[in-house]
Amino acid sequence: MDFQLTDDQWALKRGVRELLTARFGPDELRAAAGAGSPDLDRALWRELGEAGFFALRLPEADGGVGLGLPEAVLAFEEAGRVLLPGPLIATHLAAGAVDGAATGEAVVTAVDGVLVEWLDQADAVRGDATGAEPLRSVDPLTPVHRVPAAVSPGADPEAVLLTSLLTAAEQLGTAARTCELAVQHARTREQFGQPIGAFQAVKHLCAQLLVRVEVARAAVYAAAVTADPVDVAAARLLADEAAVRGARDCLQVHGGMGFTWESEVHLFLKRAWLRTQRTGGDTESDELLADDLLAGMG
Amino acid sequence: MDLADTTEEEEFRARLREWLAKVLPSLPPKPSPDDWPGRRAYDLGWQRMLYDAGYAGLHWPVDAGGRGATPTQHLIYLEETEKAGAPYVGANFVGLLHAGPTIASEGSAEQRARWLPPVLRGEEVWCQGFSEPDAGSDLAALRTRAWRDGDDYVVSGSKIWTSHAEVADWCELLVRTDPTAPKHRGISWLAMPMDAPGITVRPLRTLAGSTEFAEVFLDEARIPVANRVGAENDGWRVTMVTLSYERGTAFVGEVVACRRVLGDIAREARGNGRWDDAVLRRRLGRLNAEFRALWRLTQWNVSEAQRTGGVPGVGGSVFKLRYSHARQELYDAAAEVLGPEALDLGREWTLDRLSSLSYTIAAGTSQIQRNIVAERILGLPKGR
Repeated sequence: MDFQLTDDQWALKRGVRELLTARFGPDELRAAAGAGSPDLDRALWRELGEAGFFALRLPEADGGVGLGLPEAVLAFEEAGRVLLPGPLIATHLAAGAVDGAATGEAVVTAVDGVLVEWLDQADAVRGDATGAEPLRSVDPLTPVHRVPAAVSPGADPEAVLLTSLLTAAEQLGTAARTCELAVQHARTREQFGQPIGAFQAVKHLCAQLLVRVEVARAAVYAAAVTADPVDVAAARLLADEAAVRGARDCLQVHGGMGFTWESEVHLFLKRAWLRTQRTGGDTESDELLADDLLAGMG
Repeated sequence: MDLADTTEEEEFRARLREWLAKVLPSLPPKPSPDDWPGRRAYDLGWQRMLYDAGYAGLHWPVDAGGRGATPTQHLIYLEETEKAGAPYVGANFVGLLHAGPTIASEGSAEQRARWLPPVLRGEEVWCQGFSEPDAGSDLAALRTRAWRDGDDYVVSGSKIWTSHAEVADWCELLVRTDPTAPKHRGISWLAMPMDAPGITVRPLRTLAGSTEFAEVFLDEARIPVANRVGAENDGWRVTMVTLSYERGTAFVGEVVACRRVLGDIAREARGNGRWDDAVLRRRLGRLNAEFRALWRLTQWNVSEAQRTGGVPGVGGSVFKLRYSHARQELYDAAAEVLGPEALDLGREWTLDRLSSLSYTIAAGTSQIQRNIVAERILGLPKGR
């Protein structure tokens, strides 16, 4: 057993982080959120394609990078950290199956339950989006359509599993980032003549943020290694919780500024909420994990 | 990232399983919880069996008489012994996990030779004299006083929460040797023989009705200066060396046990019809996620210790915060499944529910742990 990142995995994680923070840092995030209706940055999408983001798990023989699920999870964690917009998971899962997906030439989205993200700007849709109606999406950086419930077919179990796992990875990145933002603010914002992070009431919020991140990280990375549906369900539950509660606590630590549009904190909460609606969310995961208890050793 | 056993780990696990299957049926019956001499004999007997089979001090360094096992092998040991229903470390806890490692790391050659082999062979029991009535979370505020008189320290004061004091041979005792120094700098670490005149042990009854620990009163008890480990007034540092010794494995057996109990709770719920309640079922499902994740976090921390060859440091605080809460949630869920039967002390989960209340208090309260996480990992300023 060696349940730690390998040197190559660290290098990959660093590489993706450098690419993403250079191309989609906090300033770009704020600008995108202020732009009204979001546009997908096609140039960035192609850059991601060139960097191998979408073809990461495609075999080298098929022009891919030939890496595995753990590496994909690390890359999606980084995407979650910066709140990278776009149907990243659907395009990643379409690599090798839909022309142009692997290279980032094509934007692919997928019907997930009754929701479709980025439908208007996608070049291809997996699943039947007939009758899709736009919602006024709570997340300013993710347009969402709703399809009539009757249309959505039983999805491919492999796609469901991977979508849930990669969603968990994005949530993990978001949770880790909100922890950093909360701590940064708590260290610098002064009230009563000292940084608010010196107060235990604030300190303990930050500590719980980190605890949720680290517990979720262990669960998400383990699920990436085993690809076991029960492990994925556990990872998803804990990562959803870490991201949503992390963003809320981060907002609380930011006080009045956290309630403004100008602060980017709300964007983390809104994206985290949106991701909880994807396949494999809490009810499904709870039930799977409950059944597993009766199946044998929990 | 790799969760599978290496070939060596696989062989270690297989040998251990085989040995456990062979010896566990030959154990004597478990003594009653209130039979302290019986518990001492039982726990020491098990330690002797471990010693004879080469498993004693598995994670201790070889030069201290241990086996120098890797953190992963130690994890496997704790996992397999729990799964097989082997005895807990029990009365050997302080000797094997606190006092022993402290002496191994900070003691002189004579001190190591005197105190370590009897711990490994299951001959002597240690207890811990750290906390005091007025020094709990603020341990360094301890006031038990020791002054020099010839070749002895003369010690007066009182200690509290001392497990196994009634049956211990030795006590790892923190005393104040310099009352004028800043509080962390005037402390010394002494090995106190529990049969010295001037020691009174008064058992404390817990809210679960048991007597798991005691108060220890010291009235001019004499302890040879030669029993001091580390330099005079350097006891705080000596102690901190030990507190990080467990390398992320402190709760391994308990997490394995909690996962088994959770399965039992689910089966009980199916048996009594509570399983049909979706709210309860989902609550149990969430606890499954929780304990699976805690197991993964353990594997993560152990792998980290193995990589660095050192200690996981404050990562243990992250684990303890989450685990102590989860354990309480587990037995609250058990009570929901039991319904009125949760009031029956004859149901083991009722007693476990009561004892779980200590988890967010003992070995650093959750509030202190959050301070540690916030200040030492996140770098937030000290303050109030």
